[in-house]
Amino acid sequence: MSEAAVAANNPAQGMDGLVDDWSADKQAYHVPWGKAMMWIFLVSDTFIFTCFLVGYLHVRMTTTEPWPLQGEIFALSFFGSDPIPLILIAIMTFVLITSSGTMAMAVNYGYRKDKAKTFWLICATALFGAMFVGMQAFEWSKLIAEGVRPWGNPFGAPQFGSIFFMVTGFHGLHVSIGVIYLLWVAFRVKRGYYDKKGFEIVEIAGLYWHFVDLVWVFIFAFFYLL
Amino acid sequence: MASEAGQQHPLGIYYKVWALLFVVSLFSYLVDFFEVQGAMRWTLVLTFMLIKAGFIVAIFMHAVWERMALVLTILGPPLVLLLLIGFMAVEGNYTEEARFNYMGHDRDAVALTPSQVHGEGAEEAH
Repeated sequence: MSEAAVAANNPAQGMDGLVDDWSADKQAYHVPWGKAMMWIFLVSDTFIFTCFLVGYLHVRMTTTEPWPLQGEIFALSFFGSDPIPLILIAIMTFVLITSSGTMAMAVNYGYRKDKAKTFWLICATALFGAMFVGMQAFEWSKLIAEGVRPWGNPFGAPQFGSIFFMVTGFHGLHVSIGVIYLLWVAFRVKRGYYDKKGFEIVEIAGLYWHFVDLVWVFIFAFFYLL
Repeated sequence: MASEAGQQHPLGIYYKVWALLFVVSLFSYLVDFFEVQGAMRWTLVLTFMLIKAGFIVAIFMHAVWERMALVLTILGPPLVLLLLIGFMAVEGNYTEEARFNYMGHDRDAVALTPSQVHGEGAEEAH
């Protein structure tokens, strides 16, 4: 075997691998192109969400009106109990984490070419995503009923409403698009569209879905808890 | 080449990370439930947030198993955002102080709760 062939079969790892991958005119990313493009899209999406969250940081720091108390506003009572602070948001968080788990399993069974399990796990993921959007719609209507608007609210700083609707709205849009995307992938898996092409598409869809969960981790911390 | 085999790993690690994410989320909810305040609240919430984010990217999104060229493409550019966050925090602090000191805004204003706004028993009326 020639030297080049040996090198191609045993690519260097770590920093040496980084130099090898970027040097000379050759392919830098040794992944399917769809996956590399999805990652680059997600990096750009990271910038969009960070700009929203930095805008929120700045507006919250500069406003001299008191910030509404999230714990009180997002409290919910069940069957006439005392309101439990932030309980709906906690349930939404658990639903989204559950969906991330089922998606990770779907990716795994996809690579095992177990189409039935992959199909049902993606459908379960989409179902949890739809549940999340439903709860978000409930939360929005509750806040709107209490008088929260993008330009003001009865509790404190008017910027609370604009940040709330913009950030959760944009995240909810991502979840909704994700549900449609997942169902589309699920039915193609079921119909055997990927039998010859390979099941990388499930991992690519999974990357998008985990990213949506990842963004929620930051929204949950910065918008609801702090 | 790793890509031809795909990212295939034992199921056990997914179950473990899944359970971990549940527990850490529960912890961050409990921070709010027990009304931990001040520096402790920030420390706990941000720590739990970073643990969750790290495990999602590393295990669920398979970043630990990717090659360095891809990992740095993903994680490198967002690092500049830390600079943006730092600058905007400094600037925001300055603006707020200016509004308190020179524009007569009230330093001690307090937010209203829903029950104060709608009156006692207004929740049941919905």
